[in-house]
Amino acid sequence: MSEAGSETNVSNVAVFDTHPAEPIDAESPLAWSRQRGLVDAAGGSGQVSAIERPFLGHLILRGGAITLDEAVRAELGINLPGQPLGLNVDAEGSRSVQWLSPDEWLVIVPGGEEFALENRLRERLGDAHFAIVNVSGGQTLVELSGDKARDVLMKSVTYDVHSHGLPVGKAVGTVFAKTSINLRRPSEACFELVVRRSFADYCVRWLRDAGREYGVSVESPTS
Amino acid sequence: MFYIHCPYCGERREEEEFHPNGQAHLVRPADPDSVSDEEWGDYLFFRDNPRGIHHEMWVHRLGCRKFFNITRNTTTYEILETYPMGEQPTITAETAKVRHEQGVQTADGGWQTVGARPENSTLNEETPS
Repeated sequence: MSEAGSETNVSNVAVFDTHPAEPIDAESPLAWSRQRGLVDAAGGSGQVSAIERPFLGHLILRGGAITLDEAVRAELGINLPGQPLGLNVDAEGSRSVQWLSPDEWLVIVPGGEEFALENRLRERLGDAHFAIVNVSGGQTLVELSGDKARDVLMKSVTYDVHSHGLPVGKAVGTVFAKTSINLRRPSEACFELVVRRSFADYCVRWLRDAGREYGVSVESPTS
Repeated sequence: MFYIHCPYCGERREEEEFHPNGQAHLVRPADPDSVSDEEWGDYLFFRDNPRGIHHEMWVHRLGCRKFFNITRNTTTYEILETYPMGEQPTITAETAKVRHEQGVQTADGGWQTVGARPENSTLNEETPS
């Protein structure tokens, strides 16, 4: 038993690419909402717009901050957020590392990159004590922007979403309506909601309802 | 509605994000085979239910999802402190000032719980405050 336990290294951890070589149709977590007519074809003229960013690569990293920081910096060029509730985004804005708990971080990269990144991180971390889990299929990212985006959030989350409570570069796990989300502030212009797949439809319905008075549009690219 | 300070997130959050998980600082007997049935039952089933200062385990279930400890007054519902797992409380029922001010009662010394033994008579008396 102890022998097997000590030999979880690069060579014998079962990893697999969730993107098959032959491209096949994938459904975003908002597919159900789309079928029900809750997703708009094009952005409306309202004051709030919610755009899903489907099929991104989400990785959960667990382990010691120091070892993970070195590996993530080397492979992604982003520092691991040192402080609780930190969110570090790269210059392009397409890759990010979010603090989830004292030994847990969420890495989001463009779809298709996550498998290679996972392998590179495993390679680099070697025998260190860590875990990497690909959770891309379990959650999705919804970008909320517009003049009244904050007003919609004020109705939906218990957290203080004013810029003094949630400045750029901060991300919190909190209550959204009756579900849990990760609420992120990558830039001044928008909020990001990391939503669980099974609650994506619920969140969209809630957003549509909460944003109705301002005019809200929900978009979800199909590829 | 409380604002509870999460020692891991380092800030106060709404009570809605938390969930209580019972008495804190329960220690599993080091050698379960050698303890008596009474001691084992005491460890497994019986919990303190003091009037006054109580140390509880809570979980920040919708935030960082970590467990931590709260020192709470069960009569006033006042939360006196929160601290990470593995640390000891700075405020206890034995803290004289707290005891005097808040009419604290505690389980009999040496016994982990109130339920396992006939209740100590002092437990049912109000501490004059």
